[in-house]
Amino acid sequence: MARKVKFLQGNEACVEGALMAGMTFYSGYPITPSTEIAELSAEKLPKIGGKFIQMEDEIAGIAAAIGASLTGAKVMTATSGPGFSLKQENIGYAALTEIPLVIVNVQRGGPSTGLPTAPGQGDVMQAMWGTHGDHPVICLTPDSVKETFDLTIRAFNLAEKYRMPVILLTDEITGHMREKIEIPEQSEIEVYNRIKPNLGDNYQAYKVEAGDLVPKMADFGSGFRYHVTGLMHDETGFPSNSTANAGRLMDRLMDKIEANKDDIITYEEIETEDAEYLILAYGGTARTAKAAVKTLRAEGIKVGLFRPITLWPFPNERVNTLSEQVKDIIVAELNYGQLILEVERVVKSNCPVRFCGKANGEVLTPDELIRKFKEVL
Amino acid sequence: MNHPLVENYFRMDKFPHIWCPGCGHGIIMASIARAIEKLGLDKDKVCIVSGIGCSSRAPGYMDFNTLHTTHGRALAFATGVKLANPDLEVIVIAGDGDLSAIGGNHLIHSARRNINLTTICFNNNIYGMTGGQYSPTTPTNEKGTTAPYGNIDKPFDIAKLAIGAGATYSARTTAYHVPQMDKLIEAAIKHKGFSLVEAISICPTYYGRKNKKGSVVDMMTWLKDNFVDVKVAEKLPQEKKEGKFLMGEFINIIEPEYTDQYAKIIEHFNK
Repeated sequence: MARKVKFLQGNEACVEGALMAGMTFYSGYPITPSTEIAELSAEKLPKIGGKFIQMEDEIAGIAAAIGASLTGAKVMTATSGPGFSLKQENIGYAALTEIPLVIVNVQRGGPSTGLPTAPGQGDVMQAMWGTHGDHPVICLTPDSVKETFDLTIRAFNLAEKYRMPVILLTDEITGHMREKIEIPEQSEIEVYNRIKPNLGDNYQAYKVEAGDLVPKMADFGSGFRYHVTGLMHDETGFPSNSTANAGRLMDRLMDKIEANKDDIITYEEIETEDAEYLILAYGGTARTAKAAVKTLRAEGIKVGLFRPITLWPFPNERVNTLSEQVKDIIVAELNYGQLILEVERVVKSNCPVRFCGKANGEVLTPDELIRKFKEVL
Repeated sequence: MNHPLVENYFRMDKFPHIWCPGCGHGIIMASIARAIEKLGLDKDKVCIVSGIGCSSRAPGYMDFNTLHTTHGRALAFATGVKLANPDLEVIVIAGDGDLSAIGGNHLIHSARRNINLTTICFNNNIYGMTGGQYSPTTPTNEKGTTAPYGNIDKPFDIAKLAIGAGATYSARTTAYHVPQMDKLIEAAIKHKGFSLVEAISICPTYYGRKNKKGSVVDMMTWLKDNFVDVKVAEKLPQEKKEGKFLMGEFINIIEPEYTDQYAKIIEHFNK
């Protein structure tokens, strides 16, 4: 069977991927530059018996998705900067209550209403620290239309596997860019579904098997009458003020990430094997960096690219190892320096870490990056 | 020996509840259970959703699929539950602040959509959980910890607000008028479409003390003396209605329901 070849925007590829991952419910609120994700979901979901609803605001958009997930649906909501800020409280709710959900943030120029139709990468730290309190975070960021498709599927799978909200952090570049994409057959796609308890089990909503970190999740209405609360809760799911219990719960939530970093973290490397200099870039800006590396290599400069695909948890170990190999690292991003803080933290004093970025709504061009590269190195 | 209603519909091991002595909320919670019993609903198919506040702790005691969400958002979560699985009977419990201040937008839009959710507002005219601040239903001139010189706000009429927004069922009752409350909550659950019952509760601990309302019995007596059923009021002379509050069923009409309308779109593609 021939695969379907399409010419899609990143936002469209996101919906194609979501449907192949098993999305049956979408709720959200219109916001540029993510709106195509809502529009296409509205068109496609009822055709497969799924549900779409445009809610009254961004907060309701994520709240309805969490509610739907509890009935067994695979759910997604999409937004952009200002809407992402509004969703933060309920991202924390989903993290603590361990409810699978995919949140897409097509980043635009900020702060505030900022530059709604222009790219930015100013929500990198918000993706990690946006909601209050410590909480587990998985955040993926694609640099192409095809990878938007792939990572949307991966976001659903990780959400289901680890029972948590997963953030797909794209940007206006990848969201609106059109590229050729080959859509695989459904049978070629690996789909992970949450593990459910069997009727008759002595089900405790937040009890994990020995050696496991993720509790089984029953659908509301399937015969397990359990309680879900955003208060600290014990294994039964009911509120508990015990500090010992809260500590155990927090440890387990954070361990879901800590113990599974190898499964969660992915990245791409180009020409790093003999690299003396490293460019670190992600999302749409990685496309700029790829062009710059090609040009610099042609000039005989031994430069490589490290592109985190999983932004959070950050690929600490690999970046640290590379920092022992190279003379300099330059971080390119469309902000005033966000992921660079994490790179500096990881690299320590192994090598200098330089910055190349801007936040005026323009993309970074390969020439600009090359100029900066030559200037600082 | 516990009452069979309690044995059948409540999580016995979660008692005692957190509410203060004399609080009206337990009366309303029990009324919801009686309505569910009367309707013979399958406990596995009932979902109770709440936000944050004193009343929002009720679902934790009730033996159904229960969801205690974030402040003000119960109706938005409930909308997702209901649309994703319309077979579930979804009941929302919300306080006056939760429902009409921080969650006011979700209230009017749920009503506008006419989605088949039943909302029971436990209205005690105050933010109790945080210690007695004035809410959108605190009467003008009454006091709260954040209205030490008297409240200058004009209060919401939540039952009317729901009607204005498109609710197809709206009623009001009080913690004193329990037989009426049972009937109205039963009718609201049975109603296909968005339904709201504003159940006036009492908060002797904060609202009562702050405003010198006397004992719990005094506050209950006040409810008894100051609420008149809308049908009775129709026949009363004007002077007897002066200063009284209306209760009873204000609207009960049938209009297209949201999840039914969505099912029709899906059906269209199944043909």
